[in-house]
Amino acid sequence: MTDSPVRPVTEAVLDPAAEAVLGPAAEAAPYPVVVVDAAGLPVRLNGAAAALLPGARHGERLAAPRWLADALADPERRPSGGPLDGRSFAAHPSTLSAGRAAWWLVDETALRTAVDELDTERSRTRFLTEASSRLLASLNLERCMGVTARLAVEHLADAAVVIAPSARRSLPVISSDGGEPTARTLRASRLHGVPGLSEALTGFPPVPSRWIDPATLPPWLPPEGFGTVGSVVIVPLPGHGVPGGALVLLRHAEPAAFTESEEHLAGLFAARAGSAMSAARLYAEQNSISDTLMRELLPPRLTDVAGVGFAGGYRPSADTERVGGDFYDVHPGDGAGSDTFAVLGDVCGKGLEAAVLTGKIRNTLHALRPLADDHVRVLHLLNNALLTGDSTRFATLVLASARRTPEGVRLRLTAAGHAPPLIVRRDGTVEEADTRGSLIGVLPEVTARTAHVTLAPGETCLLYTDGITDARGGPLGGEMYGEERLRRALGECAGLPAEAVVERVQMLAGQWAGAEPHDDMAVVAVTAPRGGHRAAGHAAADAPSPRRDGGA
Amino acid sequence: MTAPSGAGTPSGVPARHRIGARMGAGASPSTAEPWARKLWDAVIALDEDAAADVVTGALDSGVDAESVLLDVIGAVQHKVGVEWAADRLSVAQEHAATALNERAVATLSLSHRPEGERRGRVLVACVDQEWHALPARLLAETLRLRGWQVDYLGARTPTPHLVGHIHRTGPSAVCLSSSLSARLPLAHAALTACQAAGVPVMVGGLAFGHDGRYARPLGADAWAPDARTAADRLAAGLPLPPPPHQTVHDLPHLADQEYTLLRRDSRRLVRETLTGLRARHPSVGAYGEEQLERTAEDLGHIVEALTTALYLDEDGLFVDFLGWTAEILTARGVPADSLLPALDLLEEQVRDFLRAPRVLRAGRTALRDHR
Repeated sequence: MTDSPVRPVTEAVLDPAAEAVLGPAAEAAPYPVVVVDAAGLPVRLNGAAAALLPGARHGERLAAPRWLADALADPERRPSGGPLDGRSFAAHPSTLSAGRAAWWLVDETALRTAVDELDTERSRTRFLTEASSRLLASLNLERCMGVTARLAVEHLADAAVVIAPSARRSLPVISSDGGEPTARTLRASRLHGVPGLSEALTGFPPVPSRWIDPATLPPWLPPEGFGTVGSVVIVPLPGHGVPGGALVLLRHAEPAAFTESEEHLAGLFAARAGSAMSAARLYAEQNSISDTLMRELLPPRLTDVAGVGFAGGYRPSADTERVGGDFYDVHPGDGAGSDTFAVLGDVCGKGLEAAVLTGKIRNTLHALRPLADDHVRVLHLLNNALLTGDSTRFATLVLASARRTPEGVRLRLTAAGHAPPLIVRRDGTVEEADTRGSLIGVLPEVTARTAHVTLAPGETCLLYTDGITDARGGPLGGEMYGEERLRRALGECAGLPAEAVVERVQMLAGQWAGAEPHDDMAVVAVTAPRGGHRAAGHAAADAPSPRRDGGA
Repeated sequence: MTAPSGAGTPSGVPARHRIGARMGAGASPSTAEPWARKLWDAVIALDEDAAADVVTGALDSGVDAESVLLDVIGAVQHKVGVEWAADRLSVAQEHAATALNERAVATLSLSHRPEGERRGRVLVACVDQEWHALPARLLAETLRLRGWQVDYLGARTPTPHLVGHIHRTGPSAVCLSSSLSARLPLAHAALTACQAAGVPVMVGGLAFGHDGRYARPLGADAWAPDARTAADRLAAGLPLPPPPHQTVHDLPHLADQEYTLLRRDSRRLVRETLTGLRARHPSVGAYGEEQLERTAEDLGHIVEALTTALYLDEDGLFVDFLGWTAEILTARGVPADSLLPALDLLEEQVRDFLRAPRVLRAGRTALRDHR
């Protein structure tokens, strides 16, 4: 300032004539005051102001700071504020005579700092809360990784790469540089090319976030087309006793771009992402175990076999279950001239425990299929197997052997402790198959009587469990669906394909029960297909069937 | 309320099928229409072989697979609904025709593999208690043809299965279908559950209104009027669902508990309305057991429509339901105003509520105008 060609600002600043305007109290006040003329140009500064604005010149616009120069020149004289000399000031005007004004500068650095810190803290809390709720939403690993990458790019870095540990030779990787996260896999052997990455993925011993030299970064790591990498940090994602994975944060700017508090924030975020990812991995592992075990217990999809129409429908008692105590199967015969063997049954009890027993019974019956020429013998052998097993449960079931004939379908039906199948004739008459037999798994001897039935084209034989007829509900509530209603419904199903009959029965019983609790419901329809124009060689049209039995 | 057996049972509701295709109203009507006629004949004759031949014939003659799906099979299914509503097709025939159409879809899906760009994974399902699977099936096949990896869960998918599936497979979107407006509360439960799992949900089907007016109040991330639009919408990408929140804030009127109380009491409402009808109307008093049960079912549907209207706070839902029921009844020679006495009896029973009487009055006014 001293070398300025204009006279320097000292305590007798600017216009000594204006001194009277401020008065001795204001002149000596510890707060800066600037008096401006009608045009908004400085004419008098008190001592504090002179010290703060050493560059002020009489009658000249302030060279700096700009916000203050603008405020002083503002004809409307609105309060303002901004940084000055490394601090924060608010400027409040008060009107004087002759169009002049005094601007009072108030140092509010402490307040501003506190407000800024509060804002930062609030946005971090918002970020962590959002992170928690979005990460908690999903139990799917890939999705958790995608959410992690997306959040990291929104709040922490220009690009993020999330790597999950895996027992296999390739690791799932999801990266994002602002767009949709993209998935790829990474060969485990490549991990060693990045310092600190395999340690972060091992999860033990615990490692801190690690800065690495962008020059050592292998080209496959950043998202494609990311461009220059200025700084990279590898953040381990801690899991629940198992490693959660690693998060690689990339920025275009130089390393200083990550402050200490940002790194701290990244750590807090990583802890949340890590627990979400490890929970998702555990869930996926448990699921693949239960899926594998469950696969054998799920009811099969039925299709036409050897010119006989089959359809099945199953509804477990609870919406959360996929299996239960009812079951059905259809086993094609060995070839030309052999019957297709169908079974529908009900194990006492519900849920998974009952389902496990249905699995045993289904396997046993599958093995006994070659003996299906004699249903009573099959029941006898099954009874022995159940009696010698360690289960105290019993079962009821219906066996059906079906064969396509020129007239339609010839059926042998045997009910063991189970409701006899219902036969729907072409004219809508509904008959009960003449078969009776004892429960399986209770008495040492089984007695049963087999019925012989012929279905003409368009006729259906319905096997069902008591979940259908015992369903309670109806429009008035509390009433049983009952066999009478089932028979009436079937009377309208004459001539329908097997799956239409199954759907109709399931729908009526399901709607009858409505939201009321009900037992497992299983239905199998065996139908003699109506003559299509290829009716004579119908079996040939059954592409999905593994065996082709001309039948006719 | 003198509907003949089964006739006034809107549970079938195939008339409400709309797959975005009518006979001759598709993308390439001129090429698809003759095939749609042939398929209709095969389906009505219950000739499965002929139905399969129509599908392969149409494909061989150069009709593209999506058009066969939507302008041939979809158009026939739409006609099945129209014919049922007009009482030219029985409920059982409707089931049979639907089964044949399902098989036609299966034929197409076996004979036609999608080519070209592989897209992401999507989940397609009907909401719980929704039996009309074909619209969802057609959408699933359309998406498959367009390169999506589709998990199709079929009719009446319980919400816990839906959520479990989302966690297991991580789809980028869920498409939920519902044909019956009475399923809207369940649809709401299903879609908020999917959103809570972080996946955007697109809804479709006539339950949401022909213009999708009920999709937004329920918080769906997207709505599509037909399979083609749905596929386009999905290709453009759906927005992320709203962050987890208390879903009751979306429907603040539920705080008055009217839905909850009437829903819990709906069977009593049906019983007392039936008793009232028998006492006041000699013709109903003379009903046999089966006819009474049908009438009770009809009443059940009316009460369900009422509670659904309360759930969304949309009187129009109830009005539309009655209008549609009136058409079904008229087609079966039953005068639509036979519904009026039931509405009066219901109104007497819900007198202490605020919104329910308003909804019932709106319905009655609309029914009077319908005459």
